[in-house]
Amino acid sequence: MSFLRKRRGGADLAAMEGRHIGVDGLMTGLSFILLFIIVVIPIFMIVYNAFFYEGKFDLSLFTSVIFEKENLKAMGNTVIIALAVTVFGTIMGLFYAWLLGRSDIPAKGFMRALFTIPYMFPPFFGAMAWDLLFSGRAGYINRWLMSTFGLRQPPVNINSLGGIIFVECSYYFPFVFMQVVSALERMDPTLEESARIAGARQSQVIWKITLPLVKPAISAGALLILISSLAHFGVPSILGFSKNIYTLPTMIYALINKSGGSFEGIRQGTALSILLVAVVAIALVVQKYVLSSGSYDIIKGKSMRPTLIKLRGAKYPLLLLASLTLLVIVVVPLVMIFLVALVKAYGLPLTWANFSFSNYVKVFESPATMDSIKNSLFLSVTAGIVCMFLGVMIAYVINRIRPRGKGLLEILSILPYSIPGTVLAIGVILSWSGSLAGINLYNTIWIILVAYMARYLSFSMKSASASLQQVNASLEEASRACGATHTESLKDITLPLIKPAMVSGFFLIFLPAMRELTTSVLLYGPYSRTLGVQIFALRDAGMIPQASALASVAIVIIIVCNAIVTEITKDRKGA
Amino acid sequence: MSENIAVALRHVTKRFTTRTMGTITAVDDFNLEIREGECFSFLGPSGCGKTTTLRMIAGFEDLSEGEIELCGRLVSSSAKNLYIPPEERDLGMVFQAFAVWPHMNIFDNVAFPLKIRKVAKKEIAARVKDALKHCSLDGLEDVYPGELSGGQQQRIALARAIVTNPKVMLLDEPLSNLDPKLRETMRFEIKELQRQFGFTIIFVTHDQSEAMAISDRMMVCDMGKIVQIDTPEALYNHPNSRFVHNFLGESTFINVEVRDGQVFPKGDNTQPIGLPIPENAGPEMVVATRPNAIRLIKDGPGFRTRVEKRIFLTDKTEYLVSVGKQLVKIQTPHRVVFAPGEECAIEIAAPSWYPPEDAAAEAERARRNII
Repeated sequence: MSFLRKRRGGADLAAMEGRHIGVDGLMTGLSFILLFIIVVIPIFMIVYNAFFYEGKFDLSLFTSVIFEKENLKAMGNTVIIALAVTVFGTIMGLFYAWLLGRSDIPAKGFMRALFTIPYMFPPFFGAMAWDLLFSGRAGYINRWLMSTFGLRQPPVNINSLGGIIFVECSYYFPFVFMQVVSALERMDPTLEESARIAGARQSQVIWKITLPLVKPAISAGALLILISSLAHFGVPSILGFSKNIYTLPTMIYALINKSGGSFEGIRQGTALSILLVAVVAIALVVQKYVLSSGSYDIIKGKSMRPTLIKLRGAKYPLLLLASLTLLVIVVVPLVMIFLVALVKAYGLPLTWANFSFSNYVKVFESPATMDSIKNSLFLSVTAGIVCMFLGVMIAYVINRIRPRGKGLLEILSILPYSIPGTVLAIGVILSWSGSLAGINLYNTIWIILVAYMARYLSFSMKSASASLQQVNASLEEASRACGATHTESLKDITLPLIKPAMVSGFFLIFLPAMRELTTSVLLYGPYSRTLGVQIFALRDAGMIPQASALASVAIVIIIVCNAIVTEITKDRKGA
Repeated sequence: MSENIAVALRHVTKRFTTRTMGTITAVDDFNLEIREGECFSFLGPSGCGKTTTLRMIAGFEDLSEGEIELCGRLVSSSAKNLYIPPEERDLGMVFQAFAVWPHMNIFDNVAFPLKIRKVAKKEIAARVKDALKHCSLDGLEDVYPGELSGGQQQRIALARAIVTNPKVMLLDEPLSNLDPKLRETMRFEIKELQRQFGFTIIFVTHDQSEAMAISDRMMVCDMGKIVQIDTPEALYNHPNSRFVHNFLGESTFINVEVRDGQVFPKGDNTQPIGLPIPENAGPEMVVATRPNAIRLIKDGPGFRTRVEKRIFLTDKTEYLVSVGKQLVKIQTPHRVVFAPGEECAIEIAAPSWYPPEDAAAEAERARRNII
């Protein structure tokens, strides 16, 4: 009973405010209304437009789109790529997590930092770089290989399913890597030691104890890879368009692009969106079934360093392998983008004579490009701040006020995270281009902002929620006992305590929003291009060196922002 | 009890190099012989080297110097660079945090050591059943550890340790995650299992009462050094240092000065304490005794002083009495009644004498505690 009362502390406090609608009521109502506008309306509009035509139930569009050969092929590609990326990414993440978490390989801290780098950059940068190296006869390395070994055909074709899988893998394996590394770190080492005492050899401990215990972390990471890859737009669009390889997200983009934003194109895109959502939903259900098989409490006991496994003879070969992996997935793409940014014209050999800063000059002189940087900054900062406060409010309502329907509130705020960005963009287009109450935001920056808010709200909500659960409700009760009103307690006690979570919530949104491509590529207008869109468009127009120059600017911005975040979070730990 | 040696440590030394604190000698030249069937405790405060020593015996740490023998077999030797891995040492071990595998049910947890040894299925079933019975876990075979209490989880760990019938059982603070009442029960159960199976126990703890209750002999260590090895009674009655005196049971210390053949409380020479002075006493000493070994009397030949404070404890009364500038703790039966402020006299019977606190040792202790 006392347990129940403790958990409902916030609600009791709220009840003590009296019967009139206080701050709590206001926040609850506002949360519901905002989530309704941001999340429910777009989802409803997608479903409605896919199945209803001029007010009547109509499956003909849906079936005709779905059974079109091209679209079926795109669906096949989507599933093949996602499964392959999930399998290979998981294996890779797992292997390196174990190597860094349990073996005596040198330079762990350094390698761990490098392995999380792919996580910082948008995968389509990597796709651009690899395209420069291996696309048909034009790719730098292909050309070199052909001239050196007298080959007739380009030896590697990056513009293929295999190429797409490779690039996505190198950007998505950190999901599993980071999950498993942190699980291994939190795991009580005596769980493994007691197996050694019981007579198990090191290899038996790995298979029978360590792997089963980190299985939940593996599943969680694999799920992230699967969903991200299913919904992924950047890599298949950059590597696949030239060879007519489509996935569902790129097909939706192509349909809408081809029709020039006409309603017919959007309707076809809508029907495909339903298909994409269905695929993601199936993935979620399967994963839930797998995950439910066990999640254990492995964090116990005194913190002690785990016994590291001596690699002995394999130490330096494995170090070399890890270094090569890092070179290929981290260093090569970044260096390539910077090099091509310096080259005067695409295709010229990468020599000093051909280098100049003219591309950067062009980039900074172009008003469209500068606008795109300003737009992205405006969108990321605004979305970050708005979502930060909304996230805290919704988290507070869910965790402390606990109104009826809090489960619904929770689902609504987390749902957009599982909805592919492409689908969300279509929902936003359908909702805010004049069909509802005459509000038309199409071709303005505001429609992108609305989409970003829906897409990223769950980030700040989860961050604030986790932090609120750490702040015992009794702290607020103590403030009330000292004579503070409910509002004062909120302002003076709860908010300051969760401030660190709010700050990190902001950056959780700011960073991905800064490099966003998937939704903005469907939503941008002539004056509302984002940084990602501008790079994509420059490249699409054949201005590859300029696209690279802008991408390198983006890389610098991302690195600087990440450094700032690291500095801020470091201070927080010290306090 | 046979006189065979189950565990022998010879010149065992372990040094760690830390980035911030330089080299620390966690275990400094340990020499030790534990007899077969003995229950032997490693006792000391955190950072004294007891757990590191246990982990070296288990085979989780290598040695900087020295060698370890288990039942006459050399298992660790720094000179020969020989390290038998933990799984080949035939030990049983129970950890503080239980370390039962949450992804296996109780049967599989306990059967694991046998499955690894490729024991036949039928025999596994029989031996697991037997082990579970001995640990009062019968009927819980299909339950997962997550559904059980701490005490039951520790019983699983015990059953898993005894199922292979090891000669030596290592217990690493196995009771400190349990509540006090349960600790006592489990302590008794461990002794009972030892009686039935006859294994040798090495019991690591920082809890002196636990060590005293369970051990045949114990080793008290401090800052990586063995301070004293003996039976619990001998350690309590004849501690060889101020540290051991303080660590075992309750202690009362009085800092004194020895002048002109008399003993004065430190910094106050108005009244001598009537104590015979040992031969090797320096000018400053510490007189150590137990709170219940000081007699508190109305008047008489003792040291005249007054009662400062009275505290009622359940089974005795505690008084704080001023001796010079120091407050001295005395415990008496309830029938001895003094009021705070009342005049009294104290008589100290047969105290131990130690040299005064060593400042360098204190600094070293502080340095180790940071790590």
